[in-house]
Amino acid sequence: MTVSVNPTQTGEPVFYLADEHPHPEGWSTSLGFWIYLMSDCLIFAILFATFGVLGGNYAAGPAPKDLFDLNLVAVNTSMLLLSSITYGFAMLTMQQNKIGQTQMWLAITGLFGAAFIGIELTEFAHMIHEGATPQRSAFLSAFFTLVGTHGLHVSCGLIWLVTLMMQVQKFGLIEANRRRLMCLSMFWHFLDVVWIGVFTFVYLLGVLR
Amino acid sequence: MSPDLLKLIFGRLGLESLPLHEPIVVGTFVVVALGGAALLGGLTYFRLWGYLWREWFTTVDHKRIGIMYMILGIVMLLRGFADALMMRGQQMLAFGGSEGYLNAHHYDQVFTAHGVIMIFFVAMPLVTGLMNYVVPLQIGARDVSFPFLNNFSFWMTVGGAVLVMASLFIGEFARTGWLAYPPLSNIGYSPDVGVDYYIWALQVAGVGTTLSGINLICTIVKLRCPGMTMMKMPVFTWTSLCTNVLIVASFPVLTVVLALLSLDRYVGTNFFTNDFGGSPMMYVNLIWIWGHPEVYILVLPAFGIFSEVTSTFSGKRLFGYTSMVYATVVITILSYLVWLHHFFTMGSGASVNSFFGITTMIISIPTGAKMFNWLFTMYRGRIRYELPMMWTIAFMLTFVIGGMTGVLLAVPPADFVLHNSLFLIAHFHNVIIGGVVFGAFAGINYWFPKAFGFKLDPFWGKMSFWFWVTGFYLAFMPLYVLGLMGVTRRLRVFDDPSLQIWFVIAAIGALFIFIGILSMLMQFAVSLLKREQLKDVTGDPWDARTLEWATSSPPPDYNFAFTPVVHDNDAWWDMKRRGYQRPLTGFKPIHMPSSTGTGIILAGLATAMGFGLIWYIWWLAAASFIAMLAVGIGHTFNYHRDFDIPAEDIIRTEDARTKLLAGAK
Repeated sequence: MTVSVNPTQTGEPVFYLADEHPHPEGWSTSLGFWIYLMSDCLIFAILFATFGVLGGNYAAGPAPKDLFDLNLVAVNTSMLLLSSITYGFAMLTMQQNKIGQTQMWLAITGLFGAAFIGIELTEFAHMIHEGATPQRSAFLSAFFTLVGTHGLHVSCGLIWLVTLMMQVQKFGLIEANRRRLMCLSMFWHFLDVVWIGVFTFVYLLGVLR
Repeated sequence: MSPDLLKLIFGRLGLESLPLHEPIVVGTFVVVALGGAALLGGLTYFRLWGYLWREWFTTVDHKRIGIMYMILGIVMLLRGFADALMMRGQQMLAFGGSEGYLNAHHYDQVFTAHGVIMIFFVAMPLVTGLMNYVVPLQIGARDVSFPFLNNFSFWMTVGGAVLVMASLFIGEFARTGWLAYPPLSNIGYSPDVGVDYYIWALQVAGVGTTLSGINLICTIVKLRCPGMTMMKMPVFTWTSLCTNVLIVASFPVLTVVLALLSLDRYVGTNFFTNDFGGSPMMYVNLIWIWGHPEVYILVLPAFGIFSEVTSTFSGKRLFGYTSMVYATVVITILSYLVWLHHFFTMGSGASVNSFFGITTMIISIPTGAKMFNWLFTMYRGRIRYELPMMWTIAFMLTFVIGGMTGVLLAVPPADFVLHNSLFLIAHFHNVIIGGVVFGAFAGINYWFPKAFGFKLDPFWGKMSFWFWVTGFYLAFMPLYVLGLMGVTRRLRVFDDPSLQIWFVIAAIGALFIFIGILSMLMQFAVSLLKREQLKDVTGDPWDARTLEWATSSPPPDYNFAFTPVVHDNDAWWDMKRRGYQRPLTGFKPIHMPSSTGTGIILAGLATAMGFGLIWYIWWLAAASFIAMLAVGIGHTFNYHRDFDIPAEDIIRTEDARTKLLAGAK
C-alpha cells in the first residue's frame, strides 16, 4: 500500500487518511506463517543439536550401523520428495482454478505422505522389536525423538491436508482457501527440507560413524 | 470400587493428594475458597457472567486483552509475593537450633513456586499486557494482526497460571528450584506430581507466549500507519519488536527442553539421566539458551517504557533515538551469546568461560549507552516529577547498581566464589525489580489514564513508590553482604548466629514492599472512587508525544476514526505543534474482527489435558486432546470472522467526544 504522505497542494500537512481502504484479508498471514515456521525450525534445530551431542552415546547398545537399512530409508525419502513435487502440481492447478485436478494432486500428496508415515512406523516397530527402544540409550532417545517429531509434523500435515480438501470441496478455491493451501504448501516443503537434514545427518552420517 | 477402576478414573489422584497435613496450606485454601466463593457469588448475584463472557472473555480487542493480562499479572503478584514473605520469615527465624515454621518439603515448593510465578505469571503478563495495549495504538493500527490468536494466547497463559495455582491445593508443586534441573527433576528423584505441574503449566503458557510473539511481530511489521517508517517508530514499539523477536527465537527452545524432560519422566528415555549416555548438563545448557534471552524479553519493554516516560516528562525529544534503537538491537543479538555465564562452574574450561565472560561484559556497553541517553534527555529538560518519572529515576539509580554487580559476576574467577550465593540472588532481584517491576509500574501509572479515562491517585501512588523503593534496598542489600560472606541460596536453616541480623533486615524490607503492594491496591481503589476528580477528557493528560495520546481515553473499539499519517518520530507532538485539527465529519464504516469463544474453550481443554497428564488420568488427557483438535478444526470452517462498525455508530462516538472536548475548554 503506497500512500502519499507529502503535503497536499495547499501546503497543509496530511495527518490522517480521509479515504481509507482496510488491509485485505490475510494481509499478515504469509509473514506470520513464515515466522511460525522459523520457530518450528528452531524446535528441529534443538533436536538436531541434542542428537549431535548425544548421538554417539550408545551405552553399549546398538549403533546406527546395526540398525539403519539405508535402502528402506531411500525409499522413504523418495516418498516424501515425491509428495513435495505433487504438492507443487496441486498449487499449479490451483493457480489455473481447476478444482478437480487440485483435489487429485492433493490426494496423491496425501497418499505419498501416508506411505512415508507407514514406512517410518514399520522401521520403528522393527527397531523396537530388536530391542533398540528409545529407553535403550541416549543415542536412541535422541534418534526416536528427532525422527518421531518430524513424523508427527507430517501426520499433522496430513490432518490439515484432509481438512483443506474438505474445505475446498465445500467452498471452492476462494481466496481464503488459496491462502490456506499456500500455508500448507510452505509447511509441507519445510518438512521436506528438514527431512533432508535428517536423512543426511542422522542416517548417512550415522552409518559412516 | 476396585483399586484398578479407581486408578483408571483418577490416575494417581486420591484423597491423600490433598495437603491436609500442611496447616498453612489448609488455612490458605480456606481463605482462597471463601474469597473465591464470594467473588463467584457476587458475579452471579449481579448477573455479570453474560457481560464478562461477551465483553471480556471472548473479546478480540487488543486493549481489553491487554487489561486482562495486567489483571492476571497483578493477581499472580500477590501469590508470588506471599511466597517471598514466607521465605523471608523462614530465613529470619531459623537460627540457633530453630527449624523455623516451614518444613523442608513445603519450603522447597515455596522457593520454586516463587521463581516460576514471578517470571512466567507476573513479569510476562505485565510486559505482554502493556505491549498488547500500547503497541497497536502507538503505530496507529486498529488491532493486532491476528486478533483471535491474541485471545487464545491470553487464555493459554491463564491456563498455565491455573495449573500452578491448582498445585497449591491438589498435590504439590516442584521442589527443584525454578528451572527444574535434572537429575533432581527426573522421575527417580522427583517421582511425585510437582515437576509434572511445572512442566505442563509452562508448556501450556509457553504456547500462548510464542503465538503472541508472532502476533506482535506481524502487527509491528505489517500494520504501521502511513509515514511510520521503521526509524520513526516510538522506542517502546522498537523494544517490543525486539522482545517479540526474542520470544519467537527462544520459547521454542524451552518447549523442546521441557518436552525432552517429560519424555524422560513419562517414557523413560535417557536425555538427562545419569546413565545410559544421558547428560544432565545438556538440560542446563538448553534451558539457559532460552533463559538468558528471557531476561531481556522482560527488560527490553521496560527500557521502552522508560524512554517514553523520560522524554514525555522532560518535555523533550528523546536524546539519541538512533543509538537507542541500535542499542536495543545489539542487546537482542548479544543476549543469545551469553547463556553459559549461568554455569561457569560447569567446568567448560578457561577459553569457553572467557568467551562467555567477555560477551556478557560487552552487553553492558549498549545498556550503558541507553542510560546516558536517558540522562541527556533529562539534561536541561523541564522535568515533571509525576509518578511515572519517579519510577524511572528509581530505576536508573537501582539498575546501575544491579548492572555493576552483574558485570562483577561476569568475571569467571569471581563467579566461582559467588555462584549460587545470595549475592547472585541480590543481583538478579536488583535488575528484575529495579528494571522490569519498576518499569511495569511506570507503565501502569503512565498509561492507566489512557486505558480508563482517569489518572491514578498520586498520594497512594507515592506511598507505594517510597515503600517499594526503600523496601527493595532493605530487602536486597543485606543479601549482597550475606552472599559475599558465602551464604548460598535456597537454605532453610542456619547455624551461624552472626548472620541473623542481615536476614532480619531483609525481612523488614520485605514487609516494606508488602506495604508498597497494599498501597498500590489502595491506589487503584481510591482512584476508582475519585475517578470524577481524576478524570481526563482530553485523551492526553501528560502532554505526551506519541500516537496513542491522539485518540480518546479510553480509546474507542476502532482506536482511530481515521488512520493517522505520521511525519515525525514524536508523531502526536508534531501534530499538536503544527495545528492538527481533529476531523469532525466524513466518517466511514470501519472493518473490525468479531469476538469468539473458541480461544477460551481451546485453552480450557489444553489445561484439562495438562491436568490429565499430570495425574496420569489418561482418558481425560486423550479426550481433551481430541476435543481440542475437533474445536480447532471446527473453528477453521467459520469463514466470517469480521464485521463493519456502521458509520452512524462512529459518528455517535466521535460526536460524544467532541462534546466532551468542548466542555473541557
